[in-house]
Amino acid sequence: MDEAHISRGFRSKRQMQVANDRVPPGQYVTTDFPILSAGPTPQIDVSDWKLALQLGGSLLGVWSWEAFEALPQTTIRTDIHCVTKWSKLDTTWQGVTFDDLLNAVGLAEPPQPYVMAHCDGGYTTNIPLADLIGGKGMVATRYDGIPIAPAHGGPARLLVPHLYFWKSAKWVRRLRFMPEDERGFWESLGYHNYGDPWREQRYDGD
Amino acid sequence: MTETDTSSPARRLDWQLAQVRAVVAETDRVKSIVLQPGNWAGHQPGQHVDIRLMAEDGYQAQRSYSIASPPEDELLMITVERVKDGEVSPYLLDELRVGDWLELRGPIARHFVWTDGLRGPLCLIAGGTGITPLMSMLRHRDRTSSRTPTVLIYSARSLADIVYREELDGMARSSNNLDVVYALTREQPKDWVGHRGRIDRTLLAANCFPPAQSPAIYVCGPTAFVESVSGLLVELGFDPFSIKTERFGPSGG
Repeated sequence: MDEAHISRGFRSKRQMQVANDRVPPGQYVTTDFPILSAGPTPQIDVSDWKLALQLGGSLLGVWSWEAFEALPQTTIRTDIHCVTKWSKLDTTWQGVTFDDLLNAVGLAEPPQPYVMAHCDGGYTTNIPLADLIGGKGMVATRYDGIPIAPAHGGPARLLVPHLYFWKSAKWVRRLRFMPEDERGFWESLGYHNYGDPWREQRYDGD
Repeated sequence: MTETDTSSPARRLDWQLAQVRAVVAETDRVKSIVLQPGNWAGHQPGQHVDIRLMAEDGYQAQRSYSIASPPEDELLMITVERVKDGEVSPYLLDELRVGDWLELRGPIARHFVWTDGLRGPLCLIAGGTGITPLMSMLRHRDRTSSRTPTVLIYSARSLADIVYREELDGMARSSNNLDVVYALTREQPKDWVGHRGRIDRTLLAANCFPPAQSPAIYVCGPTAFVESVSGLLVELGFDPFSIKTERFGPSGG
């Protein structure tokens, strides 16, 4: 079915006027910050936290919380879009860009074209490298200037705001390079492999 | 979270029209809508559909609703709660009538699903209309005459806010292996002998199967409810990987 059916008697009640170029198709703007995750929220003490960058059988870099905080910090202001239909505009995040992570381990360019993010709680998500470098992706540790709450992915979550927000994996602990694409958690359970909100790639086959 | 299904073909979930066959008032704030989809390939208990509304000026709104009916039923049921200042729920509750057509696509997501055949007892924990996907599981369990030992712990504001209460009580009476436990948070009848207040650690410990029995646990409700209950379950020693959650954001529609 290509043409949408008109719902008898349905009218927009949106008070907020938002430019169409800010809100992808099928999304609505919220000022709340809803939560979506597949299981309990892990409570992680930063003294136990480490982030690893993995290539094949070896770890290119492992950062303790302190070491990670000492890496160059970047703040970005961006819109985020959840596959469950809400979008949140002008959110502010601080963290370490993927470019700076690569620099920190002495890599001029990514060794392999895909990354799998592995997280506490067993969650995984796959992202092409091209969507992480050039300032497009970061590991974020602060939201709106304060440490990210556990329910929102703290102490550290991936932030890839131009893709649906499940790609911005919460509780990230290991970033593994992959020579070929593999599907992560939601991508194996009916969600789209890439997840571009502007092309409304919500589910497999979209 | 070990499930992987990398071999699944990318079949697009197309939008389709479903006709409203019945509208059932469940409580003051909740109705069930019974739909006849044109082309439904079946679903697993716990999955949801996306609903799309379009105004005459082309404005569109989409929302997700859990499926309340079991795969065994020909018709599809969704259950809708009024969201204050919402856009889609008031339309579905106040405007939509039997005979109308509704655009939907699904079924969606394969994480928060249960089918009889999974091992271990089943522990379902609902807050408010979070009962909806769990009801699909319970109805599936009932239709298939499953013997899976099951407990439902269901938190509602008051007795009158319990959705599907008669049906739940009926299922509990007719099955030896199903317990239904209500927690009433705001208002209790004078002679209420059940739990008063929110679901707490003691209520969970007394009614969930012990961690050693490795129950499959499904928690669904508002975000704060799911955060609280799933945190308590982890404290009680349940394997975090055995706890599946589905959260209703505060700003649905």
